[in-house]
Amino acid sequence: MGEEVGEYQGAYKITKGLLEKYGPERVLDTPITEAGFAGIGVGAAYWGLRPVVEFMTFNFSMQAIDHIINSAAKSSYMSAGQISVPVVFRGANGAAAGVGAQHSQCYAAWYGSCPGLKVLTPYSSEDARGLLKAAIRDPDPVVFLENELLYGESFPVSAEALDSSFCLPIGKAKIEREGKDVTITAFSKLVGHALKAADILAKEGISAEVINLRSIRPLDRATINASVRKTSRLVTVEEVFPQHGVGAEICASVVEESFDYLDAPVERIAGADVPMPYAANLERMAVPQVEDIVRAAKRTCFRSR
Amino acid sequence: MCAQMYYRGKMFGFVHLYNGQEAVSTGFIKLLKKEDSVVSTYRDHVHALSKGVPARAVMSELFGKTTGCCRGQGGSMHMFSKEHNLLGGFAFIGEGIPVATGAAFTSKYRREVLKEADCDHVTLAFFGDGTCNNGQFFECLNMAALWKLPIVFVVENNLWAIGMSHLRATSDPQIYKKGPAFGMPGIHVNGMDVLKVRAVAQTAIARARSGEGPTLVECETYRFRGHSLADPDELRDPAEKAHYAARDPITALKKYLIENNLATEVELKAIDKKIEEVVEDAVEFADESPHPTRSQLLENVFADPKGFGIGPDGRYRCEDPKFTEGTAQV
Repeated sequence: MGEEVGEYQGAYKITKGLLEKYGPERVLDTPITEAGFAGIGVGAAYWGLRPVVEFMTFNFSMQAIDHIINSAAKSSYMSAGQISVPVVFRGANGAAAGVGAQHSQCYAAWYGSCPGLKVLTPYSSEDARGLLKAAIRDPDPVVFLENELLYGESFPVSAEALDSSFCLPIGKAKIEREGKDVTITAFSKLVGHALKAADILAKEGISAEVINLRSIRPLDRATINASVRKTSRLVTVEEVFPQHGVGAEICASVVEESFDYLDAPVERIAGADVPMPYAANLERMAVPQVEDIVRAAKRTCFRSR
Repeated sequence: MCAQMYYRGKMFGFVHLYNGQEAVSTGFIKLLKKEDSVVSTYRDHVHALSKGVPARAVMSELFGKTTGCCRGQGGSMHMFSKEHNLLGGFAFIGEGIPVATGAAFTSKYRREVLKEADCDHVTLAFFGDGTCNNGQFFECLNMAALWKLPIVFVVENNLWAIGMSHLRATSDPQIYKKGPAFGMPGIHVNGMDVLKVRAVAQTAIARARSGEGPTLVECETYRFRGHSLADPDELRDPAEKAHYAARDPITALKKYLIENNLATEVELKAIDKKIEEVVEDAVEFADESPHPTRSQLLENVFADPKGFGIGPDGRYRCEDPKFTEGTAQV
């Protein structure tokens, strides 16, 4: 349920055809009341239904954050396991193109810090399919952060992924590209940027290993640390504001568990520490670009300042 | 013109046009003093123009240029003007209502607590039918009536919230009835007729200014175009669109002026031409205006830029001349 999920076929057409296929009892167009319908979703989940609540963008989830955190995330704990909340909150997250300060924030870090929640960030079509199915089947509340600009991108899909029970495990990152000189972690749209950066770096003799995190909470610390122990260098990439971001957590994890393996300080690439500007040229400067990732990777290899 | 510029790539992001609803903006805002405040939503271009923000400033802002009313930082949905007391420009629906209620609170506070006897500023909050199902709306109706705040809540009921019909989203679609439930008058008016809107506005604004408290005004209006320039607008019935197109507020006023001998065709054509020139001039000005410079990225984040903290050299970061040159790196 959510705004425009039914008759409008989804604000970004993600729920296209669902109303026709499943009917108005299962595909609900709601009034504009995020707090209300998120709460209704949580209440329905308490009683055993499996609602999928759509926020048109996760910026609007701030109107419902009380329910996501207090009614959904904390309930299993507060009730000592008597209540499980199998709800999925999904929607577009992060910056789009020219949509201004109130439509461009990435919420991975905020939701990622809350115990009781699972937070997923798909990149490719396989990720989206496998992770969403896993999220719906999961008995706990899941925040599923999609990306508006990724909706328009195509990815190759294996036959296995098209199977109707295809699920990906929650909490496991994927190594999108193997390498031996530097580890680059990213999630959502920036995985694409990281892969492009890896191509550029390869031409300059640096072999980058790109990790698609897939899961912000639980964070796959094992995969990240194993990779850093192999390469000895780390660049974290995210669109979120830099302070207290996902990269900060990854840096802490690596410093705690793989300190002796690091040959260079960890580099964090994040969005600029400003509300998203509207002007196109300023917006470009506020979001990480491929060149920023390349530059950071080279810095860890001491190639240039 | 906005649509044309959008499709040519001069404007981008989300642009929400106001065509068809002009009577509401004009009917209300033209009665205000400069010190009165207006709070709007993302459909704010015309509210800005009515309140006095120059066309050049609005168009430049839409183009994302540094000569825009918000230096290109806000964009279509976030028009602000301190000079003209336009307090935004909010993307979240319902968000402007508590802000407007706060502005009204300040006006009353200044008069009664700070003893500024001549402060009788009124605030107008504009929002749509979809917003009337949102919690913030009800919370503010309650507080405004409780504390007799000088505010007018103006509902621009254009029957549609993107693709959601007002009738499918609301248990009781007659929004003006929600006023008396909270202790304020609720008035319904034909929002396609500027003179009717103006008459109602005069009463409501006078009521607020004299300290008698808030009013809820529901203006039945219609947007001729989609929700935004990205909306394919497939769900609205063409018959409904035709019905309202025939009641175009600008055409209706023209007809009224001519029939009542208040203006001639020639005079009105001259006004039309003048407006076209203003628009062309605004577009040209916006086109030729410079993009924001690199250094603007970090400006205006704080009123006191010491908020960026102390740098590794022990001095405040904002005092380092190179501070504004580095950007997307942490």
